[in-house]
Amino acid sequence: MYPYLFIIVQGKELNRKGKFNFNHIPDCNSPRGQAQKGKRNETHCARHTLIEFDAASYSYTGGELLSEMSLTITPGAFYFITGPSGSGKTTFLKMCYGALLPNSGGLQIFGRDVRELTRDDIALIRRNIGVIHQDCQFLDHLSVTENIALPLSVSGQDRLSDNLNLKELLTWVGLKGRASALPPELSGGERQRAALARAVINSPELILADEPTGNVDWDMSQRLLQLLIELNKMGKTVLLASHDLSLIRLAKSQVQARVLRIANKRIQLAGADL
Amino acid sequence: MGSERQISGLFTRDTQRDRVVPPTGFTATLTLFTSAVMGFLVVFALALSLASSRLADHWSDALARSATLKISAPAEQLEQQVEKALAILNTTPGIEQATVLNLNDQRRLLEPWFGADVPIELLALPALIDIREEKKGFDSENLRLRLVADVPGAVLDDHTRWRRPLVVAAERLSALGLFSILLMTGASAAMITLAARAAMSANAQVISVLRLIGAKDAYIAAAFVRRFSLRAFSGAAIGSLCGAVVFFFLTGEQDDLSILTGIGFQGLEWLWLFLIPPVFGGVALLATQRAAQKVLGMLS
Repeated sequence: MYPYLFIIVQGKELNRKGKFNFNHIPDCNSPRGQAQKGKRNETHCARHTLIEFDAASYSYTGGELLSEMSLTITPGAFYFITGPSGSGKTTFLKMCYGALLPNSGGLQIFGRDVRELTRDDIALIRRNIGVIHQDCQFLDHLSVTENIALPLSVSGQDRLSDNLNLKELLTWVGLKGRASALPPELSGGERQRAALARAVINSPELILADEPTGNVDWDMSQRLLQLLIELNKMGKTVLLASHDLSLIRLAKSQVQARVLRIANKRIQLAGADL
Repeated sequence: MGSERQISGLFTRDTQRDRVVPPTGFTATLTLFTSAVMGFLVVFALALSLASSRLADHWSDALARSATLKISAPAEQLEQQVEKALAILNTTPGIEQATVLNLNDQRRLLEPWFGADVPIELLALPALIDIREEKKGFDSENLRLRLVADVPGAVLDDHTRWRRPLVVAAERLSALGLFSILLMTGASAAMITLAARAAMSANAQVISVLRLIGAKDAYIAAAFVRRFSLRAFSGAAIGSLCGAVVFFFLTGEQDDLSILTGIGFQGLEWLWLFLIPPVFGGVALLATQRAAQKVLGMLS
């Protein structure tokens, strides 16, 4: 599917065509993945679920928001999370990366019970999850490049500011000319693309996007969606919260996306009605 | 192991990590200023403590090795009693030298009180014998008993009575100086803790972003700990340098004056000043680490 010749640059893989490659961990079904499966006991290939909700409920002081969710997020899938405003989409995504814990029921992230995780355990898990918020959440005093490279510093990897990898990543999201700009100087679409670049720089298995198209026009929404679809085609699991049905329809025409609807405190798999 | 890594991380420059916290803010100035002031004051407290300690040592050592024998007797018996006393003193183990003070010596002693023109020859002054002890000292009680028997007018003053309170006072002053240093260090730690907590609370958004991208508590804490430790180190270095300059010129100009000018540093004592910045840096490290743990716990 991606017949590029890989070269290794500081632990990151680049292809000769200059495209950023996020597929460090090969797809389970690819020959490369199968070959490595035998070598590594603890790979995602051995794992059939990334996140597993088991009758998980979440309540806040105002009452129950999500009730008895049972759901399994499988590797390589593309999920849309939809539902009316305030239905709990963001809460659901926050539970997916361990920012919120269920009040009852079980939740496992990468095979580990979130209730048994320390803050440092959660930090380690988050290095394998790329999160894109609607408000992006940048460090405004750092340049776009530094913000994007921050996950590398956090995970103890060498900085890649002078590395082709980072440049190619900036090119991929269309921010090559804005590398030294500060986040407040970026437009809404540029911020979202920068957030996407930051989310994927560590080559996470799972990408969570919370209304990334909420503040951008339709063209930019399509562009962001294309980037996420491209990532999914590279084998990444994508969870995208959005209430934009036209965007969901557009995605479904290009990728096998599952739509999860949150309504009346419950999450359910939507059918063909979309 | 983790703390070792944190300490080594303190000295390892990680440009990216150092930059994750916005560089400006009142906490930076507060930490630097507090450390500089405290560093300056610590120099004074240290100088006071060292000077008092020196004084106590001097008094203990110098006065402990001298004693005075006063012989009061009728004029016709005085010379005889002095000779007897000298004979006893010269045969007493631990006494290095016994010297009878002549009229000139006695005049010098009385001069501060009576002036230079006092007709000392006309006064019925007791004879005074200055006793220099050997290092091991002598048995004063045994000497007193011997003197009572042969020299009835002799009174041995080994300076113990008035020396001890002076030495104790000097030692207390020295301890007070050290206690002041502890208080200043503690106050600095409290101030730096407050500043660190304020900085972390003000940067809750930064912490939130760092957590979102998988930063461990140690990474987040290190960004603050390194910064505060270096500020405290720099502030203390500036303060102690100022203090050192002040003492250098203070003692340099008036080194021949009395006890007051003894407050300062002599010889190797100056090396103590090099300890102040690292100690403040270390205190800031511990204080900030503790503050960071608490704040990160609260923000989770």
